[in-house]
Amino acid sequence: MTAPTRIESDIDVETLGNRPGVHMISRRAHFSKRVRRETIVGWLFVLPALLMYVLFVLMPLLLTILYSFFRWNGVGPMTWVGLKNYVTIFQVPNLLGTIKNAFWLVVWFSIIPVGLGLIVASVIHRVATGRLGAIARTVLFLPQVIPLVAAGIIWGWLLALPGLINQILRAVGLGAITTAWLGDFDWALPAVGLIGIWVLLGFCIVLLLTGMTKVDPALYESARIDGASWFREFSAITIPLLRYEIGVCLTVTVIAALAAFDIIWVSTAGGPGNATSVPGIQIYVLAFTQRAVGLASALAVMLMVLVVAVIIPIQWLSRERAL
Amino acid sequence: MRAPRGEIWTGRILLLALMAVTILPFISIFMTALHPSNTVPNGLEWPADPQWGNFVEAFRVAQMPKTLASSTFIVLAVVPVSLILSTMAGFAIGMLRIPGASALLFLFVFGLTLPFPGIIIPIYFLERAMHIYNSRLAIVLPLIALYMPFAVFWMRAHFVNMPSELSEAARVDGATTWDLFWRIHVPLARPPIASLGILMSIWTWNQFLIALVLVEDPTQRTMAGALGYFQGHYATDIPLLCAATILILVPTLVVFILFQRQIITALLQGSLKG
Repeated sequence: MTAPTRIESDIDVETLGNRPGVHMISRRAHFSKRVRRETIVGWLFVLPALLMYVLFVLMPLLLTILYSFFRWNGVGPMTWVGLKNYVTIFQVPNLLGTIKNAFWLVVWFSIIPVGLGLIVASVIHRVATGRLGAIARTVLFLPQVIPLVAAGIIWGWLLALPGLINQILRAVGLGAITTAWLGDFDWALPAVGLIGIWVLLGFCIVLLLTGMTKVDPALYESARIDGASWFREFSAITIPLLRYEIGVCLTVTVIAALAAFDIIWVSTAGGPGNATSVPGIQIYVLAFTQRAVGLASALAVMLMVLVVAVIIPIQWLSRERAL
Repeated sequence: MRAPRGEIWTGRILLLALMAVTILPFISIFMTALHPSNTVPNGLEWPADPQWGNFVEAFRVAQMPKTLASSTFIVLAVVPVSLILSTMAGFAIGMLRIPGASALLFLFVFGLTLPFPGIIIPIYFLERAMHIYNSRLAIVLPLIALYMPFAVFWMRAHFVNMPSELSEAARVDGATTWDLFWRIHVPLARPPIASLGILMSIWTWNQFLIALVLVEDPTQRTMAGALGYFQGHYATDIPLLCAATILILVPTLVVFILFQRQIITALLQGSLKG
């Protein structure tokens, strides 16, 4: 059985789906009774997925917002406190600090992998074909399929005092700066960021490479004939034509940064002090060990608002080409 | 490909360096895992007397058979159900184009931006009230729901590209909507369903926070959840911790190497669509 009708293109999906009129015309041809029955049957198809989604995603979302207006220890009575939990977050440095740390993580998890990924991809995109390219794709994708917990444990050891990173530093004569990176107040956050780079860089590179193979090679040829430098080629061709892929990379990595939990929990648990504490960690600690459910919920609401506020402009900037 | 020679070599060296950076951490924990238990070796140092027994010890201490069975059970419960629910919903939204389809799609896509720590608190209290807290069901049900935004979006993207002539021809032959779905469209949708299944299996296997919050018993958790528990109790015994980490990585790595092409394509497509 062959299915040549299947359309392989993925990016055009949106445009096709929004094509108005096509289904409306075919629908009007039917009798209204049949249309109504079809509608009911159609909704029955959606219902199971929708029920699960409402019960375990949308309802919890609304409940989180609701909890955020109460003081509650999870067991006793709930006390209405209005916006007090939100005020508390802005007043307590440790809580507001998690938001600040989250933005720092965006630099490490998102801006560096995407920026570095772009540069690396543009250098290797000519050699990343054939056998070496196929092996490289698999290897670079490895960190993307292993549990983040494992990545956290592996790097927890690599960044420890006797670990590989310090061993390398000593080997190149930088023994003086070796430290227990994840236990150092100044270095813990960049060290966690390094784990994020390791996990996300390969993914960004491979995704950007697939975007680059779609760019007409003639564009690069003619740029070369005109004597364009690598940087000129990079800024005038690669970046603008890869806007969509860059947007995707940024979206995926920004969500990974703002919603980070696994890596940090196993590598530093937010420490030392609150040096690497991010909203995800603080929500868990507040709600499940300190029993401050209302406060934890307020932080959760702020986290969700933050993600949406950061994602929307990225989507808005990168979508134009896709539509 | 008429790139200058120098550029080709720069590219190749950069590529090899990146691959080395990616692989080196795995080599480091492998070597560490072979050192005697409870010692603190160097990051990259082949032991004088490799302790292969560490893997046996880690296998026993981490209760690997139970953990593996638990993870497998969770995957086998979550993935087929999610596939059925999302394929049906994607079919209705993308192919039947029921009234309200675009609003439904928006509702599901909105879920893609939700960070999981944001909704975990009410899920915990909900499950306590439902008396499913601390069971595998506590992980299974929310996971199915959490996958719906991506899975419905993914399946809808497939169905919206299918020509409607196919359905109309079957309609003329008197097929019901269910026939249309089950006999015609599901068989044609096998490739995207397979990719989605692979993706959701990996994600489920790797879930951590949900297991940490909702299930106390590590033998009822996912693989990543069990590893997190193990780390909490054996963090000081570095060789044993490394051995356990490797054991937990082995199934993932085997699956990844076997299905690498599908997995990479699926992950790339998945993010490009989302």
